[in-house]
Amino acid sequence: MRTQALDNFCAWIERTPLSQAIQVTSWSVPAVQTVHILAIAAVMASVLMLNLRLLGVMGRDRPIAEVSARFRPVIWWTLPILLLSGAILIVGEPVRSLENWVFQLKMTLLITVIILTLAYQVPLKKDRNYWDTTGTRRGAIKLIAIVSLALWVGIVCAGRWIAYV
Amino acid sequence: MALDPLFQWLYATAAGEVIRENESLFPWLEAIHVLAITLVVGSIAIVDLRLIGVSSLDRTVTRLTKDVLPLTWIAFAVALLTGVLMFISNAVNYAHNFYFQIKILLLVLAGINMLFFHFVVGRDVDSWGVSAQTTPLRARVAGGTSLLLWVGVVAFGRWIGFTLQPHLVGG
Repeated sequence: MRTQALDNFCAWIERTPLSQAIQVTSWSVPAVQTVHILAIAAVMASVLMLNLRLLGVMGRDRPIAEVSARFRPVIWWTLPILLLSGAILIVGEPVRSLENWVFQLKMTLLITVIILTLAYQVPLKKDRNYWDTTGTRRGAIKLIAIVSLALWVGIVCAGRWIAYV
Repeated sequence: MALDPLFQWLYATAAGEVIRENESLFPWLEAIHVLAITLVVGSIAIVDLRLIGVSSLDRTVTRLTKDVLPLTWIAFAVALLTGVLMFISNAVNYAHNFYFQIKILLLVLAGINMLFFHFVVGRDVDSWGVSAQTTPLRARVAGGTSLLLWVGVVAFGRWIGFTLQPHLVGG
C-alpha cells in the first residue's frame, strides 16, 4: 500500500527534530534494533514455552493456567518496549518501513496474533480449566497454539525482510 | 590474518557462491538466524533469571533447565548453521570485521561461563531447591554474567550488518 497521504506523512516525519537526530546519529539505529531484538527474544521464548505447554509437548506436570501466569506478563509487558523501539526505528526511516509491504504484512500478523492471544487468554482468566474441560476445547487450544507459533515466526521473518524489500 | 587462505577458500566454495548470488537466500538465512537467536537468548534468559532469583522461583533450577535447555540447544544449532552459511558467503570480510570478532569472543566466553557453571558453580545444583534464597551467590554471578554476554552477542551481531563490507547486507 502506497498513497499520496502516506508519502506526505513520511515526508513530514522525516522533517521532525527526532527523525533528523536519528538520521545523523549513526549508532542510534543498531542500538535501538538491539533493544528491539532483545525484547523479541523475551517474547519469543515466552511464547514458545507457553505454546508448547498448550500443545501438551512440554511441562504437562503443571496446569496451563500456571504456565500462562508465568509467561503471560512477559509477553504483555514487553510489547510496549517493542512498540516504542519499533516506533523510533520508523521515525528514523519512515519510508523504509511504512511504505514497505513486508512491514505492512508484519503489522497485520502482529494484530492477528494479539487478537488470537486475547481470545484464548480471556476465557482462561475466568476459568483456569477452560481449555481442559472438553475434547473440542483441548483440540482447539492445540490448533490455536500452532497458528500462534506460525504467526510469531512470520513476524520475526518479516521483520528482518523489511531491510531487503 | 593467518587464516585468510581458509576464508578465501570458503568464499570460493559452491555454497558460498550460491548464497552470494541468490537474491533471497541471504535474507532468509538472516531471518532464520535472528529467529533462532531470539530463542537462544530468550530461553537462556529464563534460566539466568531463575539463577539470579528474579523469576520461575516456584521451580527448582534442575527442573527448569530440563524443560528449557533442550530448546536452547536446538535453536543454537539452527543459529550456528545459518551463521556459518552467511559467513562463508563473505568469509574474509566477516573475519576481518571488528564487531564479528568481538561477537565470536563473547560467544566463546558465554560457552566458558556455561562449562564453568556445569562443572564448578552448579555441581550441587540438585540441592538448591525452590525459592530465591536457595541459589548461592556464585550462581547469581554466573546468571548475571551469562545475561550480559548474550546481550553483547546480540548487540555486536547487529552492528556487523552496519559495518561489513557489503555483498548483500541489509541494514
